[in-house]
Amino acid sequence: MHRRGVGAGAIAKKKLAEAKYKERGTVLAEDQIVQMSKQLETFKTHLEEFASKHKQEIRKSSQFRVQFQEMCATIGVDPLASGKGFWSEMLGVGDFYYELGVQIIEVCLALKHRNGGLITLDELHQRVLKGRGKFAQDVSQDDLIRAIKKLKAMGNGFGVIPVGGSYLVQSVPAELNMDHTVVLQLAEKKGYVTVSEIRESLKWEKERACHVLDHLLKEGLAWLDLQAAGEPQYWLPALFSELSSRDVTPEEANQMTP
Amino acid sequence: MDRFMWTNGLLEMNETLVIQQRGVRLYDGDEKAKLEVGVVLLSTHRLLWRDLKNHECCICIPLSQIIFFEEQAAGIGKSAKIVIHLHPAPANKEPGPYQNSKFSYIKLSFKEHGQIEFYRRLTEEMIQKRWESTPASQPITATAGLKTGRTRAVGIVGIERKLEEKRKETDKNISEAFEDLSKLMEKVRLSVITFHTAAKEMVELSRSIASKIKDKQGDITEDETIRFKSYLLSMGIANPVTRETHGSGTHYHMQLARQLGDILQAPLEERGGMMALTEVYCLVNRARGMELLSPEDLVNACKMFESLKLPLRLRVFDSGVMVVQLQSHSEEEMIASAIDSVSEKGSLTAEEFGKLLGLSVLLAKERLLLAEKMGHLCRDDSVEGLRFYPNLF
Repeated sequence: MHRRGVGAGAIAKKKLAEAKYKERGTVLAEDQIVQMSKQLETFKTHLEEFASKHKQEIRKSSQFRVQFQEMCATIGVDPLASGKGFWSEMLGVGDFYYELGVQIIEVCLALKHRNGGLITLDELHQRVLKGRGKFAQDVSQDDLIRAIKKLKAMGNGFGVIPVGGSYLVQSVPAELNMDHTVVLQLAEKKGYVTVSEIRESLKWEKERACHVLDHLLKEGLAWLDLQAAGEPQYWLPALFSELSSRDVTPEEANQMTP
Repeated sequence: MDRFMWTNGLLEMNETLVIQQRGVRLYDGDEKAKLEVGVVLLSTHRLLWRDLKNHECCICIPLSQIIFFEEQAAGIGKSAKIVIHLHPAPANKEPGPYQNSKFSYIKLSFKEHGQIEFYRRLTEEMIQKRWESTPASQPITATAGLKTGRTRAVGIVGIERKLEEKRKETDKNISEAFEDLSKLMEKVRLSVITFHTAAKEMVELSRSIASKIKDKQGDITEDETIRFKSYLLSMGIANPVTRETHGSGTHYHMQLARQLGDILQAPLEERGGMMALTEVYCLVNRARGMELLSPEDLVNACKMFESLKLPLRLRVFDSGVMVVQLQSHSEEEMIASAIDSVSEKGSLTAEEFGKLLGLSVLLAKERLLLAEKMGHLCRDDSVEGLRFYPNLF
C-alpha cells in the first residue's frame, strides 16, 4: 500500500485543487450574474403584467397597500428602497410614499417650535391630510408609519414611539431612552405629569423623576407650569388635543422656524 | 337626523375620545343636513358632531343607537362617506336639531378625507362596545328597541320591519363587496406567487454572488459588480456589498450625485454652506414633482460626492444629523465663525446664532457643538436653554 506522501507531491496536489476551485469559482460567479440578468427580465415581465391589472388598486386602497407591503416583506424585497426600482417605476408605489415623506417633514418642521419635535400620530395625520387638500388621495396611519420608516435613512432622528394605544412621532435627534418614553406614556392621559405621579406609578426615586423631566424640558418637549394648584406640572405640547390648542398662523410659524 | 341630541360636548367620566376628524358634513338620509361643515368626534360611548365656527352647536348620539354602518366610496365631485343606520329614537330622547326625519340613516361626508381611519376606529369601538362595561356617569338613553309603549306599537313594528329589510339588503351589499375584495386579493396573491419563487431565487442568487465578491473569489470586474448592484437596486433587494470607492453606488447614483452637485450649489450658498439632508430631500423632490427620489437614493448619491470629486460633501454629526455641505466651507472656517460670533456677543444660544447667520436652529447647534468639541467654546446647560461661552480655560 502506498503511503500518502507529505511533501512536494502533496503540496503540488493542493495547489492544483485550489487552482481548479478558483477557476470554477470564477465561472460560477460570472455565470450567476448572467443568470440573474435573465431572471430579472422575466421578473420584469411578470411585474408589468401585475401592474397593468392592479396599479389602480394600490393607489386607491390603503388596505391593499398594507397587504402588498407584507407580501413584499415575505419575499425579502423592499419596494420603497429606491425610486429607480421596478416597483416604483411600474407600480408608482414609491412616489406615493416619498411625497408623503416630504409632507411629514414639512409638518414636523412647522410645529417644532411648539412641541419640540414630538407629535402624536393622530395630529400628524390630521395635518398631513389638511395639507394634501381635498382632491388628493386619502392616507392611512399605516401609510404614515411606512413613510417615516423610510425617512430614518436620512439621519435626523425620525422615529416612532408607542404610547397608549397609538404612537408619538419624533422628528429631532433628541435622545429619548426607556425612562423618557415611559414618562411620555404616563403623561399621555392628561397631557401632563407631576413628580408625585411618576413616583407613585413607576416607583422611582425623586432624583430619577426630576432628571428625566429636566431632560424633557431642555429638549423643548415639555413645558413647566409652576402656577398649578398643588405641585408643578410638566405639560407635553405634543399631547395637547387639537380641541384645546390654538392653531399657529403661517406668519407665526415663519417667524419662529428659521 | 332625529336621533341626535344637543350636548355640551364635554366628555363624561369613563368616556374617552377615540378619534376626531374635521371637514365633515352630516346628511339626513340622502339629503344634506341643515348644518355647516364641522368636526365629527368618536368616543367610547358616543358619536358627536360640532360646528367648526360655533362651538356651542354640538350634537351627539350614543353608539348603542347604531345598527350598522358602511363605507360609500368617493365619486367625481363627491366626497367619500360613511353611512350609518340607526335604531329608532327612544321616546324619552333629549331634544336635538331635528324633531323628526323620514330617514333611519345618516351619512358622514368627509370633505377633508380621514374616512379610512375613522371607519377603522368606529369598527373597533362597535366591536368592543366599551360603553356597556363602563357606563358614563350621565345617563345616556339606551336603544329603544322594543321598549316603546303599546299605543305606538303598530307604527313602530312597521318601521322596524322596514329597517330589518333594509339591513338585510345592506348586509348583502357588504358581503358582496367583501367577496369582491377577497377575490381581488386572491388574484393578487396568485400573481405574486408566480413571481414569488423567481424573486426568492434572485435573493438567494444575489447573496451567493455577494459573498463571492466579498471573498474575492473569481475575477469579477468592477463593471460587473456595478451591474450586479443595479440589479439589486431595481429589485429592492438589500445590498450586502459595499465597496470602499463607490459605497452602494450604481451608475444611477453617480448620475444623481452629479445632478445634485448642480442643483444644490445656489441653495447651499444661500444657507451658509450647509443644509440638513431632510431639507435637501424636500427641496429636490418638490422640484421634481414626479419620479421622486427615495431617502435611500439621496443618501447613496450623496455618499458618492467625494469619489466623484464634486465640491459637496455628506457629513454626519455625532448626534446623527446628516447634512450636505459645500466643500469650500471648511471645518476651520465654521469653527472660526462660531468663535467670533460668540466672543462678539459674549454668549449665544443655538437660536440666536441661527438668526445671526441665517441658519436653521438645528445646524446652528451643530456648529456650536463642533466648536465646543474642539475646545473653543464651553456650555451653560440649564432648563432655560443651552448657551455657549468662549472657553477661557
